Amino acid sequence: MIPEIGNFSLILALLLATLQGTLPIIGAARGIPSWIALAKPVVQGQFVFVLIAFFCLAYSFISSDFSVLNVANNSNTELPFHFRLAATWGSHEGSLLLWVLMLASWSVAVSVFSKQLPDDVVARVIGVLGLVSIGFLVFMLFTSNPFDRLLPAAAEGSDLNPLLQDFGMVVHPPMLYMGYVGFSVAFAFAIAALLSGKLDATWARWSRPWTIIAWVFLTIGIMLGSWWAYYELGWGGWWFWDPVENASFLPWLVGTALVHSLAATEKRGSFKSWTVLLAISTFALSLLGTFLVRSGVLTSVHAFATDPARGVFILAFLVIVISCALLLFAWRAPKVGLGGKFDLLSRESMLLANNILLLVAAASVLLGTLYPLIIDALGLGKLSVGPPFFEAVFVPIMTPAIFLIGIGPISRWKQMSLPALAIRLRWAFGISVVSALITPFFMGEWKPMVSFGLLLAFWIIVCAFVNVKHRLNNSGEGNLLTKLSKQSRSYYGMHCAHIGVAIFIIGVTLVNSYETEKDVRMEIGSKVTVGGYVFQFNGTSDVVGPNYKAVRGEISVLKDDQFVRNLYPEKRTYNASGMAMTEAAIDTGFFRDLYVALGEPLSNGAWVVRAYHKPFVDWIWFGCILMAMGGITSITDRRYRLKIIKKESTAARVAEPEKQAEGTPAAVASATTKVELATETTKV
Amino acid sequence: MMRYLMPLAIFMVLAVFLLIGLTLNPRQVPSPLIDKPAPKFQLNQLHEPDKIMSSEDNLGKVWMLNVWASWCVACRDEHPLLVQLANSGIIPIYGLNYKDERNTALQWLKRYGDPYAISIVDTDGKVGINYGVYGVPETYVIDKEGIIRHKQIGPVTVDSLEKTILPLIKELQNQA
Amino acid sequence: MKPRHKKLVMIASGVTALGVAAILVLNAFQSNLVFFFSPSQVIANEAPIGKSFRIGGLVAEGSVKRDDGSTTVHFAVTDTAETIPVVYTGILPDLFREGKGVVAQGKISDAGIFLADEVLAKHDENYMPPEAAEALERAAKAQRASLAQ
Repeated sequence: MIPEIGNFSLILALLLATLQGTLPIIGAARGIPSWIALAKPVVQGQFVFVLIAFFCLAYSFISSDFSVLNVANNSNTELPFHFRLAATWGSHEGSLLLWVLMLASWSVAVSVFSKQLPDDVVARVIGVLGLVSIGFLVFMLFTSNPFDRLLPAAAEGSDLNPLLQDFGMVVHPPMLYMGYVGFSVAFAFAIAALLSGKLDATWARWSRPWTIIAWVFLTIGIMLGSWWAYYELGWGGWWFWDPVENASFLPWLVGTALVHSLAATEKRGSFKSWTVLLAISTFALSLLGTFLVRSGVLTSVHAFATDPARGVFILAFLVIVISCALLLFAWRAPKVGLGGKFDLLSRESMLLANNILLLVAAASVLLGTLYPLIIDALGLGKLSVGPPFFEAVFVPIMTPAIFLIGIGPISRWKQMSLPALAIRLRWAFGISVVSALITPFFMGEWKPMVSFGLLLAFWIIVCAFVNVKHRLNNSGEGNLLTKLSKQSRSYYGMHCAHIGVAIFIIGVTLVNSYETEKDVRMEIGSKVTVGGYVFQFNGTSDVVGPNYKAVRGEISVLKDDQFVRNLYPEKRTYNASGMAMTEAAIDTGFFRDLYVALGEPLSNGAWVVRAYHKPFVDWIWFGCILMAMGGITSITDRRYRLKIIKKESTAARVAEPEKQAEGTPAAVASATTKVELATETTKV
Repeated sequence: MMRYLMPLAIFMVLAVFLLIGLTLNPRQVPSPLIDKPAPKFQLNQLHEPDKIMSSEDNLGKVWMLNVWASWCVACRDEHPLLVQLANSGIIPIYGLNYKDERNTALQWLKRYGDPYAISIVDTDGKVGINYGVYGVPETYVIDKEGIIRHKQIGPVTVDSLEKTILPLIKELQNQA
Repeated sequence: MKPRHKKLVMIASGVTALGVAAILVLNAFQSNLVFFFSPSQVIANEAPIGKSFRIGGLVAEGSVKRDDGSTTVHFAVTDTAETIPVVYTGILPDLFREGKGVVAQGKISDAGIFLADEVLAKHDENYMPPEAAEALERAAKAQRASLAQ
């Protein structure tokens, strides 16, 4: 009964989505207020029905209803409660339902938090989101219905993939999907603006917080995925340039470009059509990612069930949505007009350069990902493109972009003087070079690549400090604290995110250059030294888990003959599927991780053991968290909060956007000092 | 206007490649056994363990070899189709029971129907290896001279049956 | 600077960036593409000598041997027509089994032995050993979806 309710709710949601995707858009075009007014109740209704469907599926999983095919295939009575719940979105069908639920949640959020927007804009945005929603609901109902019955019912389910039975997997997909789906809001805003023909700074300011939230979710999602791969796959790697990883990384790269381009559009009205194109591209890449993962055109460890019918459907959807969007773009964008003029050396040009570099990087990653497919399509053979390709291309392209992270925030809008900038940054450059040259000695060995990586990281950090100091000097009277509190949150957010990039680079550089990996044969009592730590193998014992049996090794770690701790890596065999899984044991530290995994048993109780020493590896994920925190900080900026409060009191009034944009000195991520802004306005 | 159409053009080129990609299977390694003699085997029968079936018994007729197992969920899905096909009498289907246990296999056939003229038992999977079995289910079409003409990786579907397998069988049966 | 010159400089720098990227990509492609060959192709001398490539097939039954006192493993990869001996030092993936699909990356030695520096167990839904039943379930779903149409 419950699955039927779920199925029925999905059908009702589809009906409502159809209303949501048509009436408000037509209403906005023809000026029919009653149709425009339909947008909000319809989207909220759709959300409720999708939510009901989701609860129905979750209930089927929790109650182990094996008459539902999806449950029988992905769950098991031995599975602990939290994993049965997580199994709801562990399969292709379930994850689609989660996707649709998130799309509905974002749409409802738009309908609730957009009281300050004109009704016709909201109606268009919600309408476009409705169209996207139709696509996914139809896809789910016709090719991947999560409520399909299995008759006769299975006596026992065949278990969730053991790789997915992990906390990281419980939270990674929802975060990632929140990001993917969130970009559909940016997309909807862009399309709405194209439809209405009102592409201006106001539009940029409205869509900016949404874009940043989506970007934050995507950042966290990718970070969790990387962290999960690190401790769960048993190889100690954190990024594999696997097609599916690339599929999530591509929208991130273009989304990052979008976040920066929106800043320029909001502050200066420049790059308008470019920003719209980026919003469309980001969403297109999110859909492309879905296509790559679920159609099976590429081989990947992550691939979901592959079915040509599904592939055809998503491809058709992708082509329809994106071609319509790009056609609309080609039709409307020429009329948009150019924004404020700017000099060859200005913050605009820096942002433009950053955009181009990010896009070129994304294009080369896309090429590397699709190259096997293209070669196969041309009948030239089967091949794979490995991580060395991506490293050889990605790093040189991103290097100048990272260099610009330091300069960009210091440079002025419209026009700046190179000598002045050079004078301001010469100390910053000197300090970063010297410290980058010296630091590797503390790690034990000087390597040119380490110095290079550290130079980029230190450059970002020192430039941020120069920027903050300069800004405080120009913040009028008062002691340090008052001056600090005068700065906007978006200003801090920007630096937080940029320093996150620096921390990330430090982590990557140091772990790649100084990690030690040893695969060794260990008998009971034998020792191996890795990265200054002694690992002593004390033998194994058998343990029984809730739905698996495992061999657990005990390894004592010693440093300078002092006992550090015991590590307990496991080799599990899951009862239902019989699948073997390596469960690594990790001692996490601020400066290093110790990583131990059991390989395979040898004669006489000996094992092949993998022992790693990974310096600074956690900085990689910490850097990502900082980036995400930067994003969150900047959207809590006063200007966004104030607006919501103000709009609630005078909901009917539509603000005069242009004036407000000029009158808000505290810019978001890309802030200028008041002095600079003042000179600019006089020049205008 | 033209330059604003550029993104659309680039996207379309990409879409064409994706579409072609969709028709290809990145995992498909051309089976080295197609158009080669089917590997010979002599295996015990499932229902009557004392009897042995040899691949040479089938010379002179077109037949199908279906690799299946009771632990295989996908087999359960293709099974109704096989039963239907067997009932139609178009072609005899022989089952290679792969890495399975006799009792569960027999129960499984009782429950879901038995489309097989004879089921043979490949407990250790050695014959499966000879046939290049990557997984279960797999289905081979073998002609009158004992030559493999087609290999279906994964479950037989209505689509693959109607478009590929049935026309092929008809053609092979019409050969002298 | 005149606007026209400004535009020129911008286009020039854009083109340069793309050009540099293209050179990087081509250069990286040249050295980092890994082609895939079956054991039959390797026996037929179709695979490159001295260059890294991938072979794929099944791990031949009874071929896996571990050296005593080291982590070196010997096994053979077969596509049922031909068989190639493989040597690998290190830990094999969880899904590595005799009779199961495998992909190895490395070079072929003069003696015709494949020196693998990476071993990947195949893990997709067409590869359905009893031990990896989860893979089948996915194929089952795909199957069901196509039946439903």
